[in-house]
Amino acid sequence: MDGVIEISGLENRFGAHQVHKGVDLIVRRGEIMGLVGGSGAGKSVLLRSVIGLQKPSAGHIRLLDHDIEAADPAAVEAVRSRIGVLFQDGALFSSLTVAENIQVPLRENLSLPEGLLDRIAAMKIAMVGLAPEAGAKLPAQLSGGMRKRAGLARALAMDPEILFLDEPTAGLDPIGAAAFDQLILDLRASLGLTVFMVTHDLDSLAAICDRIAVLVDGKVRVSTLADHMKDDHPWIQAYFHGPRARAVSASGAGHMTGAR
Amino acid sequence: MERSGGWLDIVEEGARLQVSANGRWTIGHGRFLEEEICRLRDFKGRQVIINLGQVNQLDSTGAMLLHQAGHMLKGHGCEIGFHGISDRYVPLMAQVGDAGSPGRHLDVHSKHTGLGDLVSNVGRRSIEALREGRDLLNFLGLVTIVFWRAVRQPRRFRPKALITQIEQTGLDAMLIVGLLQFLIGVVLAYLMADQFRKFGAEVFTVNLIGLTILQEAGVLITAILLAGRSGSAFTAQIGTMRVNEEIDALQTLGMDPIEVLVLPRVLAMMITLPLLTFFADLCGLLGGALATVTALDISFPQYLRQLQEAVHVRDFLIGMVKAPVHAMIIALVGCYEGLKVERSAESVGRMTTLSVVESIVLVILATAVFAILMSVLGIR
Repeated sequence: MDGVIEISGLENRFGAHQVHKGVDLIVRRGEIMGLVGGSGAGKSVLLRSVIGLQKPSAGHIRLLDHDIEAADPAAVEAVRSRIGVLFQDGALFSSLTVAENIQVPLRENLSLPEGLLDRIAAMKIAMVGLAPEAGAKLPAQLSGGMRKRAGLARALAMDPEILFLDEPTAGLDPIGAAAFDQLILDLRASLGLTVFMVTHDLDSLAAICDRIAVLVDGKVRVSTLADHMKDDHPWIQAYFHGPRARAVSASGAGHMTGAR
Repeated sequence: MERSGGWLDIVEEGARLQVSANGRWTIGHGRFLEEEICRLRDFKGRQVIINLGQVNQLDSTGAMLLHQAGHMLKGHGCEIGFHGISDRYVPLMAQVGDAGSPGRHLDVHSKHTGLGDLVSNVGRRSIEALREGRDLLNFLGLVTIVFWRAVRQPRRFRPKALITQIEQTGLDAMLIVGLLQFLIGVVLAYLMADQFRKFGAEVFTVNLIGLTILQEAGVLITAILLAGRSGSAFTAQIGTMRVNEEIDALQTLGMDPIEVLVLPRVLAMMITLPLLTFFADLCGLLGGALATVTALDISFPQYLRQLQEAVHVRDFLIGMVKAPVHAMIIALVGCYEGLKVERSAESVGRMTTLSVVESIVLVILATAVFAILMSVLGIR
């Protein structure tokens, strides 16, 4: 099994406050890894460190076999074009239409004829389950769920190998959230994606994540949902055995009780 | 031939056509792959077998182009079949096939403007401008009603908010207003001194400085400065509150946004702009004095005496009456545009720009109306 994301000894501190105290994590090719943790536990900081938006205080991060702190900026750029990131509210460029948003990375990295660019945008829009009319709309004209799908289409524009999702189902209704989960599963099957997602959605965790990384006490504990259920760390206990988790496990019997 | 991307090998076997896709069908080679597919354009009514066994890399764009080739051939009356798809690409081909089925046409760009749209644009903009004017008058009415309500219940004036606004729009602006007006006085003095010296009438420089600053420059420059400084702040503050749904929250808590947000700002502006104008007049005259004393053979006492002869209280009042009007315009436009912000950060920026431009235009318009009015009434 090869690790497409390898984090070792990662430390992040802000002033006196140390968020990460040596995080070690390996994400394997083709898996869906969920990242959970309490508010302020440093989930977002970890995600931002991995995609290179935040320079860690110490430790190493390798993405697709490249050290992202490597001196060569060209290599980092090349790696960046092989990952896709969906920010929480889509982070679509507000002055461009959805289709133009999707074409931004294509125009930046490749030289393709206009007709082909338009057809690629149309295909991505269809792939993420948006109506064709959405292509000409501005982000402000879309609902929250549609903005997420449009953001996903842009993240997928370059056919990335790794997809980073920041709370993909937050703010969606349960039907929309379930549809989004299914979409991620379908895309993984067809595009062979590796997915690294920050989420608080227990349904999502149970339904699509192969393994779950829990960020507690500045470190991560990675294992399957079933093993996390047996972990006796108080926070993990509270998280996976809280009233909400019990509701999920009662309704989705097989998943939460570890039948996977 | 060495190829880095993907290509098609086409073999004709009588009525049958054997097409074999090779190499890397990925987005990076899109331009070339599209040309490859165009080679299939001329085949009509054949039985076509597309073999994908030799494809060693395929992404969604490659899959889309292969499907596109299939649709094109079908359109030409060919029977087609895909063969030899490697297992790992089966889901991809299926999903892209669903996504790229014909009949899905998409508009990519928002509407472009042609020459014909120019005329309709001018019309639409004019109507919009008129509507804006009407709405602004409505808003003035609304604020006035709220004001009278507050007069009857003085508690509604919210002294704390009012004082904060006075500090921000008035006290904090004193340095910049004073400095600017001082420099304008200096510039005016030098400009006029050079002209009057030609006639040996240097002393009239003082008359003109006095009249210009007191009647026009003092109040106009101060108003424009406050439009840029405080009017824009009003729009940005209220607009940001709108984006955060704070305005909605106020309403659900039973508070009137006009009373809580707009009234203190309008009142603060109407109090501070006249005061700042007075301060600006002083600084302008001082700047003029400094320049005349340095550039011309006029002493400071002489300057003061000449000033006293040249200008009257009336000239000072001609400037001062405009200040509350300008203040009203700036504060109303600033607050009104702020309340019009939609729920996006982008619209805060757009409305702030609009508010500054609009209030400066209206201030200058008001100045022109005053000038005509005073001339007609023979006040000047």
